[in-house]
Amino acid sequence: MSARRRRKAIPSKAWAGVALVAVALALLPFVAALVGQAWVRILNFAMIYVMLALGLNIVVGFAGLLDLGYIAFYAVGAYVYALLASPHFGIHLPFWVILPLGSGLACIFGVLLGAPTLKLRGDYLAIVTLGFGEIVRIFLNNLNAPVNLTNGPQGINLIDPFHVGSFSFAKAETLAGIPFSGPQKYYYLLLLLTIAVIVINLRLQDSRLGRAWEAVREDEVAAKAMGINTRNIKLLAFAMGASFGGIAGGIFSATQEFVSPESFGLLESIIVLAMVVLGGMGNIPGVILGAVLLTLLPEVLRSTMEPLQNALFGRVLLDAETVRLLVFGIALVAIMLYRPAGLWPSAVRKRELEGAKAGS
Amino acid sequence: MDILLQQLINGLTLGSVYALVALGYTMVYGIIGLINFAHGEVVMIGAMVSLSVVTALLGTHVPLPPAVLILAGLVVAILVCMAIAYAMEKIAYRPLRKAPRLAPLITAIGMSIILQNMALIIWGRNYRTFPTIFQPTPYNVHGASITDLQVLIIVLAGLIMAGLVFVVQRTRLGMAMRATAQNPQVAGLMGIDINTVISAAFVIGAALAAVAGLMVMTYYGIAHYYMGFLLGLKAFTAAVLGGIGNLAGAMLGGILLGIIEALGAGYIGDVTNICGFPFLSDSLQQQCAANDGQVSLFGSNYQDVFAFFVLIGVLIFRPSGLLGERVSERA
Repeated sequence: MSARRRRKAIPSKAWAGVALVAVALALLPFVAALVGQAWVRILNFAMIYVMLALGLNIVVGFAGLLDLGYIAFYAVGAYVYALLASPHFGIHLPFWVILPLGSGLACIFGVLLGAPTLKLRGDYLAIVTLGFGEIVRIFLNNLNAPVNLTNGPQGINLIDPFHVGSFSFAKAETLAGIPFSGPQKYYYLLLLLTIAVIVINLRLQDSRLGRAWEAVREDEVAAKAMGINTRNIKLLAFAMGASFGGIAGGIFSATQEFVSPESFGLLESIIVLAMVVLGGMGNIPGVILGAVLLTLLPEVLRSTMEPLQNALFGRVLLDAETVRLLVFGIALVAIMLYRPAGLWPSAVRKRELEGAKAGS
Repeated sequence: MDILLQQLINGLTLGSVYALVALGYTMVYGIIGLINFAHGEVVMIGAMVSLSVVTALLGTHVPLPPAVLILAGLVVAILVCMAIAYAMEKIAYRPLRKAPRLAPLITAIGMSIILQNMALIIWGRNYRTFPTIFQPTPYNVHGASITDLQVLIIVLAGLIMAGLVFVVQRTRLGMAMRATAQNPQVAGLMGIDINTVISAAFVIGAALAAVAGLMVMTYYGIAHYYMGFLLGLKAFTAAVLGGIGNLAGAMLGGILLGIIEALGAGYIGDVTNICGFPFLSDSLQQQCAANDGQVSLFGSNYQDVFAFFVLIGVLIFRPSGLLGERVSERA
């Protein structure tokens, strides 16, 4: 198939649509703030998850490699930021230095993990990456003795927020007559970063590399026969996915101002995977949808379920956290059974999965 | 006390449990090529159910001997686990048997999360302790101690494994399983009901998992909704180490992994002791002085890492495992 798209003159209607979306996105944090500042924070989280899910989508969706240890790269990015911008070592580098560093280190980790394991079959690869994710977490948990590197299970506190000179993203202040809260300022920064990540992903998908990934996913032997160096291509998918994870991790660290190994368990990997699978593996708008849905859903559950249960039974029978995970599990199973291409499938993926069903 | 012998005994005990769980992975994998990711959770359910049954029976204040209590717990746990595995296969795996490989793996992960959170809802977030209905008696063997419980676990696991080998090698069902593992289509043409065979593999694996669950629960005295994850992963490692799809391999892998882990945890502290090195920083020298020259880079808190390193190592250097045949690289 040809990924080349005919460049048509963009109709004025489309421009109007883009403008509308832009205005909506610009106003969103203020609308959310009407409900509560917590919802602005949740929006920011949703964007971090969008970045994370898009990174994983490169590995799982584009290249078809199931990575269950993806969160390790997020952890690497988060800890690099935490160590280089906190009182823990007394180092305070600016974020535009650390984010590329964290992303680069995550990328190196990706290559280190990928190089020996990518010749493995798909399901083995999943287990090895899972093991790798756990190893990273166990090390983060235990590297506090004899030399205190990560501060162990207590995590690292008082991490610097993003700031440019004296302009800090964490402080509330009034700019041009409009009062901005800290999360609202972060929102705009994150929005810019997310858009950048989305654009990079869109361009990647349509590039030579993107088509090579797709070819490897569809049929590795055929791809090899067509002259694609499958090993390097897969390695690149791993490395790029990892570097996006690293960036998202750094941002997570800065917005939370606290990291601990607990945030980087297997469950987080699976949650990100659920976002990719639910939305539609390999389809960028689908993955964004999946990430936003699965970030908002638990918050909605939290704010509605517990009052509802209190009203019905007089006490909380099921806490939202458990139900959230249960929903994730059910979503994974149900999507695979009934809609394997996801909620918003890409055209190619849909055809391929239907083909697999019809051909069996 | 002899540390080497002691760690070997502990490793052998835990290894027998790993072997039982690994058999479940390996049977399913051998027949349909699926990593049943939720198998570890079946072990957890086995442990939880037997714990609940024993506790409930104790609550009735009928004076029952401990053996009867445990046996009752075991029977109920086996039945529940078998039912869960049967349902799981039918709902989540059977419809996807011909789907792309990633699909059943993803549903397996989903099933695992579902089972875990069901357990969380039923049994709660806290550790559940096993009521002390008997006190394991330690015996002294050449300076190491071995309890009757450990002996029981090892012997029982051995007997069960022997029974399984008998079933697979000598019965009609076993023959059908081996035929299906070789080639499901042809086996079907020979009049074997493949669906029954696959269900049987899941159900037998679940029964072994229930026994293993009861064993770890009595051995450690606690059970927890999250215990299945790590246990399952280690058992999977054991299956891969021995050669997945191979029964003898799963047993060998399980016992080896148990011993590797025990020895690793026992000796890593000594091996990575840094006090002998020159050029230590002042604070490290102080730590060494304060701890009788025992400051390790890595301590026994890294115990869980060994299994993962073994897994990665085996998959990289010998993906077919110790006893396995060469596995072709399928996507």
